Amino acid sequence: MSVRVVSDKCECCETCVSACPFGAIEMQDGKAFITEACTMCGACVEVCEFKAIEKTMEAAGPAADLSAYRGVWVFAEQHKGDVASVALELLGEGRKLADKRKTRLSAVFIGHGVKDKAKELIACGADIVYVADDPALRDFNDDSYAAILTTLASQHKPEIILAGATAIGRSFFPKVASSLNTGLTADCTVLDIDAETGNLHQTRPAFGGNIMATIETPNHRPQMATVRHKVMKPAVRDASRTGEIIEIRYTQSGELRTRVVKTVEELGETVNICEADIIVAGGRGLGSAKNFALIEELAKALGGAVAATRGAVDEGWVPYPHQVGQTGKTVCPKLYIACGISGAIQHIAGMQSSDVIVAINKDPDAPIFNVATYGIVGDVHEVLPIMIKKVREMRG
Amino acid sequence: MNIIVLVKQVPDTSEVKINRETNTLVRDGVPSIVNPYDLYAIEEALRLREQHGGKVTAVTMGPPQAAEALKEVVSLGVDDAVLLSDRAFAGADTWATSYAVSQGIRKIGDYDLIIAGKQAIDGDTAQVGPETADMLGVPFVAYIRKIERIEGGKMTAERLMDEGYDVVETSLPALITVVKEINQPRLPSLKGKMKAKGLKVTSWNAKDIGADEDKCGLKGSPTKVVKIFPPAPRGKREILTGSMEEQITAVVGKLKEQSLI
Repeated sequence: MSVRVVSDKCECCETCVSACPFGAIEMQDGKAFITEACTMCGACVEVCEFKAIEKTMEAAGPAADLSAYRGVWVFAEQHKGDVASVALELLGEGRKLADKRKTRLSAVFIGHGVKDKAKELIACGADIVYVADDPALRDFNDDSYAAILTTLASQHKPEIILAGATAIGRSFFPKVASSLNTGLTADCTVLDIDAETGNLHQTRPAFGGNIMATIETPNHRPQMATVRHKVMKPAVRDASRTGEIIEIRYTQSGELRTRVVKTVEELGETVNICEADIIVAGGRGLGSAKNFALIEELAKALGGAVAATRGAVDEGWVPYPHQVGQTGKTVCPKLYIACGISGAIQHIAGMQSSDVIVAINKDPDAPIFNVATYGIVGDVHEVLPIMIKKVREMRG
Repeated sequence: MNIIVLVKQVPDTSEVKINRETNTLVRDGVPSIVNPYDLYAIEEALRLREQHGGKVTAVTMGPPQAAEALKEVVSLGVDDAVLLSDRAFAGADTWATSYAVSQGIRKIGDYDLIIAGKQAIDGDTAQVGPETADMLGVPFVAYIRKIERIEGGKMTAERLMDEGYDVVETSLPALITVVKEINQPRLPSLKGKMKAKGLKVTSWNAKDIGADEDKCGLKGSPTKVVKIFPPAPRGKREILTGSMEEQITAVVGKLKEQSLI
C-alpha cells in the first residue's frame, strides 16, 4: 500500500502537513511531499480538499522474497501498565515456534510508564523487546498502535506476528495486516510451524465452533494471527534470562483522528469473564433476577466470574458484558458451571472449549448435557443453595 | 448524513452440520439469514437518519442470491442497496473481501459514516470492518454500544472493551462496528415489505467497481484454508446419580480432586 501526492492537483495549501499525525509531509518545490515517516494511515487523504493525495494498494501478490523475513514477534498487551495475561500466553507459544524455527522471539510493548516492565517480557521468553513508552500512548488508539507496529514490522521484517484475540488485538491488528498487505487469521486455538519453510499452520474454529479450519499464508509475510485467550499455556518465568530492550521514540505531531475521552471500568467486583479460570453461568431457567443472585453467590464462593446466556441478559438480570455465546463473548475457563441453561447452540459456541463443564438442569434431555463433563439433573433452585453450602464448607 | 451499512448473508450456523465421512460442511437445506449483528448496524443507521436526515445504503458482497439479504434490509427501511457480485470475488478471505468492499464504497462515494456489525457469525473474524476502513483511509472504531452525539464532523460514542467501556471521539467519515447492546432492531413495515418486493437490486461486478481481479477472490487472498475437520469430541461425560445431596457432594469432590476449586 502507498500514499502519494498527485502533484498537478496539489494547491500547496499545507492542510495535509498539519493534519499528518506523524509529521511525514513536507513542502518541497511548492508541492506536498510524503517522507519515509509515512505510516499509510490516510489522514492526509481525507483532509485534502483537492483530492491531490491518493492511497493505493499494490497487488496482494507474493511478497518479493520470503526469506528476507525472520523471527517471531508477539504484541504484548498491557492493562494500566501491567503485562496482560494473554501476553504471557503469546510469549509461551511464540517461544515454542521460535525454537522450532531456530529463530528469535521479539515482543512489541506499547503504553505509558511501561518501560520498567519490559524486562518481565524477557524473563518470560523474549529475546528482544521493542518498547514504545509515551504519555500519548496511555490509552489504546487504533491509529497509533497500528502505526507503531506497522513501522517496526516494515523495518525489521518478522516472519510471524501474533496478538491476543482480545478487544484491543481484534480491533487494531486487522489495520496492521491491511497496511502490510498480508493475511490475518483470527482467533486461533492451535498454532504450529513448518521448521523448513516457516509456514505457520493456524487452526481456528468457524461456523460457531461446528468445524475447525487450518489456514496458511503461503506467499505473504509476515504471517499474522490473533490467538484466543486462555488456550495457550503461559510462559514459564525465568528471571535469569537475558535479552535486549530497544526503546522506540514515538512522535505524534498533529491531531489524532480518534481519541479516548474517558475509560470506565464497569464489571465492578466481578472479573472480566474472558480472564476468569472459573465461571458460573445462569440461563432463563433461573426464572427471575432474584434467583439469579444464586449465580452470583456461587461465583463468589468459588472466586469465579458471573456469566449468562442471551436469554438471561435479555431479561435484564445481568448486563451484556457478561453474555457468553454467539452474540456475546467466547470463553474458555478451566471450569464452567452452567445453571438452568438448556444449551442452545448459540450459547454452546461460546463455552464449549472450557476444560471442565458442569451442567445443572431439570430436563435430562437438555442439549447442555451433551457437552457437560458432569451433569446434575435437578432444579437449580434446589441444587444451587446446597452447592453453595458445600463449597463454603470445603473452602472454610 | 449519508450512511453506508455493510451487510453479509450467512448460513444460520445453528443449522450447520458436518458430514463426518467427508469432513465437509453440509450446507444443503441450511437457511440463509442476514448476519444477526448487521441488523443492529441497520437499526442504528435508520435511527441516525431519523435524527439527521440523509440516506442509508446497504452494501453486500456475495453470490446473486445474496440479493435476498439486501431485500430484507430494504424492508426495514434502507433507501438503497448495492450487491457486489462477480465470479472473481468467490473464495475471498478478509483481505480480498475488504478490497472489493472498499472499491464498492468508493464508487458509492458520498458518505459520512460506515456501520458494520461486530463480526459475522459464520467466520467470526471481525476483520472486514477494520481492513475496509484502512483501505479507505478512514478511522475505525470497534464495538460501539452507544452513539452519544454527532456534531461538527465528529462523533462521540461508547466503545465496549473487555473490562468496561471507553468514550471515544472520532472524526467523520469513519467506519464503526456495533455490538448487540446498541439498540433493539425493528421489524419490517408493510410499506418496507412492498418496496422490497418490487426492488431491483443494483449489482456491480469487478469491472464496475474498478477492482483489479488479481486482488479479488481466492486469487487475491493471502490466506488459504488448507484443511477443514470436525472439532475433537469432548471427553467422557458423566451424569450423576443418587440423591440430590449425594450428586452435589460427588461433583464438588471431583472438582476438588482435580484442583479446580
